[in-house]
Amino acid sequence: MLGHVVPKSTYFLIFGSLLALTALTTGMAYVDLGQWNTIVALVIACSKATLVVLFFMHVRWSTHLMRVVLLSALLWLAILISLTTTDFFSRGWTPVPQSWESSEVVR
Amino acid sequence: MPDGHASTALAHQFEDLEQQHEAASLGMWVFLATEVMFFGGLFAGYAIYRNLHPAGFAAGSHLLNVTIGALNTAVLICSSLTMALAVRAAQLGRKKPLVTFLILTMLLGLAFIVIKLTLEWRHDYLEGFAPGLNFTFAGPNAKSVELFFVFYFLMTGVHAAHMVVGVGVLAMVLAMAWKGRFSPERYNTVETVGLYWHFIDIIWIFLFPLLYLIGGRY
Amino acid sequence: MATAAVNPDTRVHYLNADYGIKSWLLTTDHKRIALLYLASITMFFFVGGAAAVLMRLNLIEPNGALVEPATYNKLFSMHGIVMIFFFLIPSIPAVLGNFLVPMMIGARDLAFPRLNLLSWYLYMTGGILALYAVIGGGVDTGWTFYTPLSTTYVNTNVISAALGAFVAGFSSILTGLNFIVTIHKMRAPGMTWFRMPLFLWAIYSTSIIQILGTPVLAIALTLVALERLFHVGVFDPAVGGDPILFQHLFWFYSHPAVYIMILPSMGVISEIVTCFAKKRIFGYSFVAFSSVAIAVISFLVWGHHMFVSGQSIYAGIIFSALSFAVAIPSAIKVFNWTATLYKGSISYDAPMLYALGFIGLFTMGGLTGLFLATLATDQHLHDTYFVVGHFHYIMVGGAVMGYLGGIHFWWPKITGRLYPDGWARLAAAIIFVGFNLTFFPQYLLGYLGMPRRYAIYPPEFQVLNVMSSAGASIQGVGYLIPLIYLIWSIRYGPVAGPNPWGAKGLEWETPSPPPTENFKELPVVTEEAYAYGEKETHVA
Repeated sequence: MLGHVVPKSTYFLIFGSLLALTALTTGMAYVDLGQWNTIVALVIACSKATLVVLFFMHVRWSTHLMRVVLLSALLWLAILISLTTTDFFSRGWTPVPQSWESSEVVR
Repeated sequence: MPDGHASTALAHQFEDLEQQHEAASLGMWVFLATEVMFFGGLFAGYAIYRNLHPAGFAAGSHLLNVTIGALNTAVLICSSLTMALAVRAAQLGRKKPLVTFLILTMLLGLAFIVIKLTLEWRHDYLEGFAPGLNFTFAGPNAKSVELFFVFYFLMTGVHAAHMVVGVGVLAMVLAMAWKGRFSPERYNTVETVGLYWHFIDIIWIFLFPLLYLIGGRY
Repeated sequence: MATAAVNPDTRVHYLNADYGIKSWLLTTDHKRIALLYLASITMFFFVGGAAAVLMRLNLIEPNGALVEPATYNKLFSMHGIVMIFFFLIPSIPAVLGNFLVPMMIGARDLAFPRLNLLSWYLYMTGGILALYAVIGGGVDTGWTFYTPLSTTYVNTNVISAALGAFVAGFSSILTGLNFIVTIHKMRAPGMTWFRMPLFLWAIYSTSIIQILGTPVLAIALTLVALERLFHVGVFDPAVGGDPILFQHLFWFYSHPAVYIMILPSMGVISEIVTCFAKKRIFGYSFVAFSSVAIAVISFLVWGHHMFVSGQSIYAGIIFSALSFAVAIPSAIKVFNWTATLYKGSISYDAPMLYALGFIGLFTMGGLTGLFLATLATDQHLHDTYFVVGHFHYIMVGGAVMGYLGGIHFWWPKITGRLYPDGWARLAAAIIFVGFNLTFFPQYLLGYLGMPRRYAIYPPEFQVLNVMSSAGASIQGVGYLIPLIYLIWSIRYGPVAGPNPWGAKGLEWETPSPPPTENFKELPVVTEEAYAYGEKETHVA
């Protein structure tokens, strides 16, 4: 037989956890945490994704190579977002000559 | 060397079934890596604009229905469970559970699409939140709200298109399963389709909080 | 390997195993698919070349000798789109890669033969869409589709051109996927990673770029199409969009894309240089790892296309520094090839002439890239002919030389025929001379300030422009000559044996042309790559 057979109980446990985390993230949206709302939501989403990847997609029992492929994709996405962000994030750091400032700001 | 039964399952370019199985899995994972970058491009654009226009994006997000979004999330999580159970049935050579779970997965996938189309998109169109087609929102930050909705429709649209393809492929897998084409030695197809399906679920796991829960609902 | 050459017309091999158009259009044999690509890529090369001919004819006179500026804009756009998406990016991977990867690793075919055929059909679909854009009035945004020009201000066939590139991109992705899985999972017994020919390391690295970069281009083009179709301001500042975001998404792919174009060529050079110097490669692992390093670092430098676009200067500094870093692995390769040549037993057959041309011209192109990577000099050189000279030295002096060298090197294996060597060397020399005459003046023009993508120019630039156009005509002749003798050789060339060059590599262990299944029995590899000058060890 090829591949690892996972017990049904494991699947149901993960399923329950995923539903619970969904309820959690929905509920947390109604709690005022200011800036932290987004971070909490992302952490929960990452946890859910990790559960799906490890258990439903069998990465917990897969070869090294599959994990490298997955992690590379995530790393590359991080490169895209982070280097693009450095541009937008640091634009305000360069002072603009006063003569360029206009009274109207286009939003 | 392969026996008579298994040799019909072995493609000519492979030496043995294990190589074929590993190649199929690796192939699907590499394909999923491309999908990560495909959706990732959209996530990147979304992230940049959300940081540039936080008020407008929050306003747009508040116009979405969290309950329906959460419901759809639950529907997809159920479908991931049934998909995982389908793969397990194929691994164990149990045809009836395999067929049952494939059908359930398809139904849940279709439910997701129907809910999205009828309860969400149709509603958004009628309310005047559809950029380019019918956008009449005129509150503060209207331009940023429109930008939000462009990304909302594009991201959920591309996601839904992937789901439709997934359901279609599942139909083909179902037909093959019905004909008894799968066995513990040969179930690559079910497993690779399963990987694709779970990936689509993961995309939604991120879309839900990023689109529906911005800026909180307090 | 002095087996007597068997007449390819009597032995059964992949070319005559089956006849009829269906056996070609529905083939899953990687070798036949490679030939399908060869024919279509050659066609697109001459379409893109035709656009270049018209451009260079126009630039003979300062006021434009041939076309209106609006038409000129369409010519350079189509030249770029066709040459990049439909010639350079597929060229070596789809033709030589498809043919050789299974043979070099000792396999019967790629991992997913039907996906391979699908790749070709996607490529042709994209090509037809692009040709439709050309015939239906053209597109004039440049191959870079910058916003807001492409989204708001032109009435040309942006969407069909972008769609063509989009579809061709998926062809590229599937080809890369196939190669990655094949190289990981289907190497013959004894073929460890470090016994693989360096061409495979190059193809593998290229495939990584194809997989991870192309999808982002797809998104960038989709957003442009969306903005055009639905008039929604994704990149429109008036609604809060940012045109620079398009450039980030576009160049995130398109910079690594230039490495998709050059890496396979570098792989070919490693094969040719070792064979025609009859020496092992100097520094095998350095060359292998530098291929992977180029693939990785290539994703970190895309902002160097955007130094003057409005990108933050701090991001510019980061991208500039990383762009210097990406030059290092390329330089390592050049040192290693040169060291391989040193004290080698060198013969100057046509493939070697192309390889030597590559080494010199690629080095020049690469060095000029450093001026562009430097923030201060790029302010002056950006969007001038200096850039045009730089990338043509890499793309033509590098990638095309490698492609032609590879075609000539493996032609006997692919067709079972030899081409006339005298004509081949003459053509290589003509191309080399024509190439330098075309593009060296462009460095000078750029330095002097002539902008690129302009149909007209100040009269003081005319001499250099005329030189460039004259060179282009010589180049054109140079490209036509191989077209003629290579086609001629298929029917009338002398029959080739299994290994006319005395080269090392599993592909040379098979008859020329090879049988459909490549190997009667899968080989077991016991020797290192490029075991030239060693005692013959038996490869089972």
